[in-house]
Amino acid sequence: MGKDEDSKFLIITGNQALALGAKLCRVQVISAYPITPQSPVTETLSHYVESGQLKAEYVNVESEHSALSVCIGASTAGARAFTATSANGLAYMCEVIHWAAGARLPIVMGCVNRAMAAPWNVLNDQQDSMSQRDAGWIQIFCRNNQEVLDTAIQAFKIAETVYAPVMVCYDGYLLSHTVMPVEAPTQEQVDAFLPPYRPHTILDPENPKNINQVTLANPRLDERGVMCHGYMELRFLLEEALESARDTIVAVGKEYEEAFGRSCGGMLWEYRAEDAEVILVAAGSLASEASMAVDALRETGIAAGVVGVRVYRPFPKEELREALRDARLVLVFDKSLSYGNEGPICTDLKAALYGSESMPPVQGHIAGLGGRDIKAREIEAATRKALQNLEAGITTKPTEWLNCHI
Amino acid sequence: MTTNIIDLPAVEYLLPGNRTCAGCGLAVAYRFILKALDGKAVMTIPASCLTVLGGMYPVSSVHVPWVNCTFPSTAATATGIAAGLRALGREELRVIAMAGDGGTLDIGIQALSGAAERNEDVLFICYDNEAYMNTGTQRSSATPKGVRTATTPVHGKQENKKDIIQIMEAHGVGYIATASPSYPGDLYDKVLKARDLKGMRYIHIHVPCPPGWAFPTRDTISLGRLAVETGVLALYEIVDGALSFTAKTKTIAKGGGKLRPLEDYLSAQGRFKGMGEEIVAEFQDGVRERWERFAARDRQSAGA
Repeated sequence: MGKDEDSKFLIITGNQALALGAKLCRVQVISAYPITPQSPVTETLSHYVESGQLKAEYVNVESEHSALSVCIGASTAGARAFTATSANGLAYMCEVIHWAAGARLPIVMGCVNRAMAAPWNVLNDQQDSMSQRDAGWIQIFCRNNQEVLDTAIQAFKIAETVYAPVMVCYDGYLLSHTVMPVEAPTQEQVDAFLPPYRPHTILDPENPKNINQVTLANPRLDERGVMCHGYMELRFLLEEALESARDTIVAVGKEYEEAFGRSCGGMLWEYRAEDAEVILVAAGSLASEASMAVDALRETGIAAGVVGVRVYRPFPKEELREALRDARLVLVFDKSLSYGNEGPICTDLKAALYGSESMPPVQGHIAGLGGRDIKAREIEAATRKALQNLEAGITTKPTEWLNCHI
Repeated sequence: MTTNIIDLPAVEYLLPGNRTCAGCGLAVAYRFILKALDGKAVMTIPASCLTVLGGMYPVSSVHVPWVNCTFPSTAATATGIAAGLRALGREELRVIAMAGDGGTLDIGIQALSGAAERNEDVLFICYDNEAYMNTGTQRSSATPKGVRTATTPVHGKQENKKDIIQIMEAHGVGYIATASPSYPGDLYDKVLKARDLKGMRYIHIHVPCPPGWAFPTRDTISLGRLAVETGVLALYEIVDGALSFTAKTKTIAKGGGKLRPLEDYLSAQGRFKGMGEEIVAEFQDGVRERWERFAARDRQSAGA
């Protein structure tokens, strides 16, 4: 497998893994603002830059809004740009999150998933990135620290292929502050994998462009009489980029596996799902937790499996239809909620299944909000309960809140 | 010596035809700014009248690389462009951020303060037409006290104009200047000088706005002059803390500091109509007090 003998095994946190990934990608401009639990990413990167281990511009900004704005400026100028944040920091960026996607800038941002205030809570759930799902960013969830590092490296290649920004999402504390063994590739390996960034925005006084100026609804003639896109066409192209990212993500994942000998999966990853009748769906570290529940269920004769949503945007519709084709029951565990409706993965999964040949019943669960602990045995119990309901002929139950003491 | 208008470069970077209102002071000022930048700059622009001036895709009225940005992020986007160009070894391209008074004193002040504190290699130009003119003349923190706007329609604004120059001075910005489209040579000289300096530079341009200030479109230049002749606007530059008068303001100071009555400036504009005598008197006192303060600093700089 093209594994390099010089690659190193490290015991590091998810935050260190992300910072290391950015460094190996030779990011040229970094701008970030500290927020728990993302702060160690900023500290690690600024140490790399100040100690000369990474030749990059590090801009200590006064807010997350400015952090992403600096990345937008830098990426427009033609530099590879990186930032990271969490929760309220991500929400504070909201306007510029939309801008980065609309401007088609291949920025990579780490989102260390944390609960949204109010009330204040610094612990993990996935409400922050889920709330930004409609902005035009690719969103990839990581299950462990190795995936954080590997996904960061893949993210730049994906972003710079389809010209859309990528959010690398991983669970606060559960991954960000937990040390795990991580195999780090060498700089040479990453250099061979990731070519330099080729910007589509050239700042040239001899041939000046007005980048992202006011654009009307309808197509319009330029000064030479050539019909140019209106706003709606430009937005269609952004959607087309996100749709085309499916193939890119899978291809980049395969290429990464060939080069580094490791795979994070494509759009999904699966655990004992091949012959499973009951399938548990989740994103991030909760999907790893569900794997343990599946082992326990299998021991008692229940053919259970896990389908992890690795890429949440673009949403893996086809892949889920295929993966859930033979399932008798599907359980979704969301660590976030679209208030007044249900978990976002649950909604999207149901929509993906609509009109498919087999439409298994889907039971939604809300779990782990604001750091509420969720154990494998609780996922196991929830699965048994859903199975009992199914045996009793009950297939449409409202969303279950796991471990909620009301 | 201030550059004479007939000696300004003939080359035009503001192309014929743009979407600003008739008599727009910004369009006049911007033409001279671009002459001074002389194709050696990239600009970043938030939502503003300047966005309107730039035109609508796919045509543009400006022959300079433009990077549009969000309303609050002008100084941060400029920071990013400068950092990106540095990373690519393209520092010869100077980075200019330009925003209106709302984009500078209100929604943009956080990013501006951050960039100023970090002494980013950015020239920030504020064009101050003293309200949110692009959205229809709503009050900003740069609107003078007593002015009627769309959001202070009955009593006029009750608060004083925010003193952005003092704020920028408090950040230790190395080069600060005021300017007016009515004094193009002075404006040109300041932008040219600031363009080639390093670190954060700040230029504040007082820009008459016919629809927002309610005066005839033919009077833009004379109104800008009135602002200087009455002392409402003092033309100066502050280099490393030393303030020196320039252009007409320098001439007025040399002549003993005789300012025209404020009334000449106020009565030429509809926006001050119905302003109470007390506020007028307060306004006049404020102008005089500021003039004395600046004049003392100007004398101090000349003596130093």
